[in-house]
Amino acid sequence: MSYTFQWRPVLESLPDMLSGAVVTLEIATLAMAVGTVLAILLALAKRSGNKTLSGLASVWIETARNTPALFQIYMVYFGLGSIGVGIDSYYALLLGITFNNAGYLAETFRGGFSAVPETQVRAARSLGMGAVQTLWHIVLPQMLRAVFHAMTNQMVWSILMTSLGTIVGLTSDLTGVTQQLNVMTYRTFEYFFVAACLYYLISKIFTICARLCAWRLFRY
Amino acid sequence: MFFEGTLAWSDILFLLKGAVVTIAITLAAVGIGTLFGTLFGVVRAGAAWWISSPIGGVLDIFRSVPLLIQLVIFNSFNSMFRLNWPTYVVACLCLGVYAAALCTEIVRSGVAAVPTTTRRAARSLGLTWRQEVVSITLPIATRIVFPSWIGLALGIMKDTSLVLWIGIIELLRSSQIVTTRVQEPLTILAITGVIYFLMSFPIARLGARLEKRWQIQ
Repeated sequence: MSYTFQWRPVLESLPDMLSGAVVTLEIATLAMAVGTVLAILLALAKRSGNKTLSGLASVWIETARNTPALFQIYMVYFGLGSIGVGIDSYYALLLGITFNNAGYLAETFRGGFSAVPETQVRAARSLGMGAVQTLWHIVLPQMLRAVFHAMTNQMVWSILMTSLGTIVGLTSDLTGVTQQLNVMTYRTFEYFFVAACLYYLISKIFTICARLCAWRLFRY
Repeated sequence: MFFEGTLAWSDILFLLKGAVVTIAITLAAVGIGTLFGTLFGVVRAGAAWWISSPIGGVLDIFRSVPLLIQLVIFNSFNSMFRLNWPTYVVACLCLGVYAAALCTEIVRSGVAAVPTTTRRAARSLGLTWRQEVVSITLPIATRIVFPSWIGLALGIMKDTSLVLWIGIIELLRSSQIVTTRVQEPLTILAITGVIYFLMSFPIARLGARLEKRWQIQ
């Protein structure tokens, strides 16, 4: 192999990459939080008897699940841009991932809602709780417990998906920073190898934290 | 007029050609992934922990690093080792390894779902380990995991959109090329989306139906 590795410039720019990792986590967390709320609404819309609502929810869910995430980000960035809604790449990425997360999570939540026995709802209602109270105090806690593991996976996907931002020109997240450094130095392998290690660490640390949380939260 | 940039049939044809590239890469990657995934999955389900967990750990890396970064690293091997492989090969191999990592877990869960008693019964009837795996475990496991396998294949199909980053003209990239001429991003992207949807949705439905049907029996 006639390739000479040069790790020094990579180590010197490690602080930049770490601050990129913070942006990555920020986008992933925001997309996950908003996506979860939207997904609960979508899942409820799909379960409601209303045909218009459940139809709209189906369109959202099926589009999110049957087209690539990158396509969805393009749709926000180039598509909305062409009709006069100029969106910078940060928000395009955020919106795209949120749309995607909401679609996937809605499908998960639909399964989670059916895991909560119907009798629980009836019991809550006959104790005098309102529909919203029942949802908030009885159904959602049980549903979220059932889907917690799937949500952890989705969060990891969300972190990995933020790397697509660089394709629409985002330079502040981990992949974006790495790509900026790469085009300045052409040390492609070294930079992206370190970025890969950082992504691996982030997703592992998150998974372990989530497992600890689940252990604390869900013991009987 | 020659300079008039309106959407023509040739543009749609160009998009469909991109879709063919997408499908070709998907088939190659899913083929590689299924082959190695089945191999590793059977090993992971059956072997001792000191064989099983290193394989699991290594394959887990591919699931914890963004595919885009994997593609860039794979692509940089090309120049580092003077391989001169075409980018198609790089894309198929990279996606194939990624698919193998996902498929291993699917196969492992399928094999683990085959009752141990069934496997022991087969062995006590005189089947060798290989015979037992090929004619008892894998057929039962296939039935269990086929819906998830369809999900994996569709996931890979959607992930092929990332190979545009290393310069392959697949469906999403060809939509951009058409856009540069026609200057109607929303229309072109909508058409692209419909093509992706038509490639994915019917198969996803089939998978959901099979899952339901095979569950009852």
